[in-house]
Amino acid sequence: MEAASSSWVSLAYLIAGVLFILALRGLSSPATSRAGNRYGMIGMTIAVVTTLITHAIASLPEILAALAIGGGIGFVTARRIKMTDMPQLVAAFHSLVGLAAVLVGWAAYLNPGAFGILEGAEIAAHSRVEMGLGIAIGAITFSGSIIAFLKLAGKMSGSPIMLPGRHVLNLGTLALIIGLVGCFTQDEALWVIAAITALSFAIGFLLIIPIGGADMPVVVSMLNSYSGWAAAAMGFTLHNTAMIITGALVGSSGAILSYIMCKAMNRSFISVIAGGFGAAPEAGGGPAKEQRPWKRGSAEDAAYIMKEAETVIIIPGYGMAVSQAQHVLREMGDQLKAGGVNVKYAIHPVAGRMPGHMNVLLAEANVPYDEVFELEDINGEFAQADVAFIIGANDVVNPAAKTDKSSPIYGMPVFDVDKAKTIFFVKRSMGGVGYAGVDNDVFYMDQTMMLLADAKKMVEDIVKALAH
Amino acid sequence: MDFVSILSIFVMACFVGYYVVWSVTPALHTPLMAVTNAISSVIVVGALIAGAADGSAVSKWLGLGAIVLASVNIFGGFAVTERMLAMYKKKEKK
Repeated sequence: MEAASSSWVSLAYLIAGVLFILALRGLSSPATSRAGNRYGMIGMTIAVVTTLITHAIASLPEILAALAIGGGIGFVTARRIKMTDMPQLVAAFHSLVGLAAVLVGWAAYLNPGAFGILEGAEIAAHSRVEMGLGIAIGAITFSGSIIAFLKLAGKMSGSPIMLPGRHVLNLGTLALIIGLVGCFTQDEALWVIAAITALSFAIGFLLIIPIGGADMPVVVSMLNSYSGWAAAAMGFTLHNTAMIITGALVGSSGAILSYIMCKAMNRSFISVIAGGFGAAPEAGGGPAKEQRPWKRGSAEDAAYIMKEAETVIIIPGYGMAVSQAQHVLREMGDQLKAGGVNVKYAIHPVAGRMPGHMNVLLAEANVPYDEVFELEDINGEFAQADVAFIIGANDVVNPAAKTDKSSPIYGMPVFDVDKAKTIFFVKRSMGGVGYAGVDNDVFYMDQTMMLLADAKKMVEDIVKALAH
Repeated sequence: MDFVSILSIFVMACFVGYYVVWSVTPALHTPLMAVTNAISSVIVVGALIAGAADGSAVSKWLGLGAIVLASVNIFGGFAVTERMLAMYKKKEKK
């Protein structure tokens, strides 16, 4: 591009970057969020159009075809996807950003002239570092997200897969990748970049397979962050402000979400990454569980007690998503509200398989967002609540997190459901325990009634009983 | 642009990202992930440069492949975010 227009081009990319910032800013409230999303779309259009009009294009039909094919696939997928499948969709999308970064990195390596990164006959040394890092992070994002996708979609066991000596293996591979990036600055041979790519694909795979299903919110957030850093690294290679700003935004966004998720589980990021959490307890390990008495309730009991209640707090968890109970749950809430009951929803930060998963499902079922509360905003209200209605959640209401120092979930902030007058616990059976594999004292409390059935079926029955 | 000015943009953007993301309401964390997905596909800029350039056929096809992947994400990411955000409603005033 000519020097005269180059400042205009930079300005256009800067505007695109600012629009992306506004897109995230809009998400501070549901009321402004849709305008924010539009800013994002405008920003992307500016970035794409600017690139197209400032480069000599040798293959316009192919480019338009590629945009149309990808855009069509993306659009149709976005329209058809079920809200409960959102975590795996997001993981799949992350993998695409990762792979795109790898392809762009390779394209830049093979045709450095087009990217303006030549210094004499060779690729500039700093560009090689950026390119190498971009390819490495992209490849890790890709293979890691594929594993996360398979686990979330249930196409691969969600339980951790532990390889012997994996810490040594992982650290060794990471060190090797960094060494190779260093080597790449000295020697731009094909084998170096090929080795970086191959090892990075391998490490992404190795990093995610030992991580169990319950830790997926952290993993999905972490991969979100990586996809951002990959874009930023490519932005450095291309000297492109839109890519750098976006990469930094997405990178910090994913990092903050991982931090929030870890904090909500009282686990360190390192321990999540080290993996193995939520593994089935070893046979014979731990003291034998005593049989404790518990009460079984029926849909009619639940309907009767909730009808008479003043306040009902509903705590949804992953089980609600699995059985698709959100719509009938909202119906139940509507019926109770019509009878003068104050109904609130309480959402734990790690409920579900990704940050905000439960909020989206409730929104899908038309639950107004001002009836949905976060942990710290509602936890004080259980003492005044007549009913805590737990549906598909378990670890997030386990009082062992507050009292039992030996529990794997000790220190995790939990809902004080034990302070409610009556607890209904919708659960498939008494056999299963939460992801953390620990027993829950709430099952055996005097005020608890276990509603043992599929979540959707149980709530349907309660709705029927309420209608009487 | 020299490396230091690019680096300063990057560092500033990290700070902006930090503050902006903390202000996102937890209820919208899933749309946040979907939209960050869409915008990180701004990597399409690099893909377009590669796909548009003459000189290396392999590089061109890699670029075109990356355009397909990134545009799945761009259209898919924005569309799914839009769909989710449309569902968030306030209590109806009676």
